[in-house]
Amino acid sequence: MFKWLDPYAKPQVLFATLLWWQRWLMPLSIVVLLLGTVWGLGFTPADYQQGDSYRIIHVHVPAAIWSMGVYAWMAIAAFIALVWQVKTAQWAIGAMAPIGAVYTLIALFTGAAWGKPMWGTWWVWDARLTSELILLFLFLGVMALQNAFADRQTGDKAASVLAVVGVVNLPIIHYSVEWWNTLHQGATITKFAKPSMDPSMLWPLLICILGFALLFGALTCLRLRTAILQHEAHRPWVRQYVQEQQHAAV
Amino acid sequence: MNPRRKQRLLAVSGILVLLSGGVGAMLYALNENVDLFYTPSQLIEGLGEDKKKPVVGQRLRIGGMVVKGSVRRDEHSLKVSFDLVDTGPIVTVHYDGILPDLFREGQGIVAQGTLLDASTIQATEVLAKHDENYMPPEVAEAVKGIKHVAPKHTYPAGTP
Repeated sequence: MFKWLDPYAKPQVLFATLLWWQRWLMPLSIVVLLLGTVWGLGFTPADYQQGDSYRIIHVHVPAAIWSMGVYAWMAIAAFIALVWQVKTAQWAIGAMAPIGAVYTLIALFTGAAWGKPMWGTWWVWDARLTSELILLFLFLGVMALQNAFADRQTGDKAASVLAVVGVVNLPIIHYSVEWWNTLHQGATITKFAKPSMDPSMLWPLLICILGFALLFGALTCLRLRTAILQHEAHRPWVRQYVQEQQHAAV
Repeated sequence: MNPRRKQRLLAVSGILVLLSGGVGAMLYALNENVDLFYTPSQLIEGLGEDKKKPVVGQRLRIGGMVVKGSVRRDEHSLKVSFDLVDTGPIVTVHYDGILPDLFREGQGIVAQGTLLDASTIQATEVLAKHDENYMPPEVAEAVKGIKHVAPKHTYPAGTP
């Protein structure tokens, strides 16, 4: 069923594919993010209750959604790395974890900066905030674990197990505001219901969500390519590639 | 799929299923403790199957809607008291301090403090809760009949 995926387990093939994707995704993500944030932060109407403070939603929500999205992709890579023991999947974990950690940090920071003027507090130990903090620790844990062993294979395996196991946290984050009573409000955008946001505010938010996704893709391509070069440095095709790059630079 | 991969697939899936089950059971057992606050009904009628009520003097959080017309302010200090409601019983909160900007009648709030008697709380912190609806003022006026008008008279900065 997945035979068509087989060539991409080969680092050289994957490297070329990632280069192609990166060339498209990087400029596209910058354009989309600029459009979304400028529209959202500068040209949407103020909220009837929160005034201009709500505008931070255009950074907060995309970062929070994709902190979970990045984790899901990282866990899929970890699952493939564990079961099929594909090298490139192991490197993908290391490529994605720091991106996810930064997204989570952005979500937590913008949330705190939003919470202070609106709720009256930077932080409260409710289920949503706490589970998102745990997500940050999971990302940091995966990063630390992967580099904690002298034997790289052991590190990859340990990090993969942690990444797969941590998936349990994703539904907890998502449903925390429904299962328990929290200070954090419910979801504004859900797949099945009409979003509880005026269209004039919703469009820039959706564009920002797309922008964060594209940026995640672009950065993953970039980081995974670097990882491939590092791990495959002794291969002839890498040497040849590096030489070509040096000639092009001169 | 070769047998070794199949074995690993089963092992990883097995670990994941068992762990989800474990975490699920744990969260179910801790269900009431994960809640951030008591609702007024829970405070008065008791919490959970065994109807456990908090004791007087206990530190707790209470969350509910501010009852319209119940906000009473002291003229000479920051002291304020108001009633909270969810579906039935009413709980009174006393507070001495600055309320958050979003505090208003009909708004959801979460207060932290100590229980004075069965239905009164002396709060040390009042936080505003807002919902997930965002809309421009014109839409809010049309949909909810809410109109926000700027205060007619404002004092210049620096006057007492």
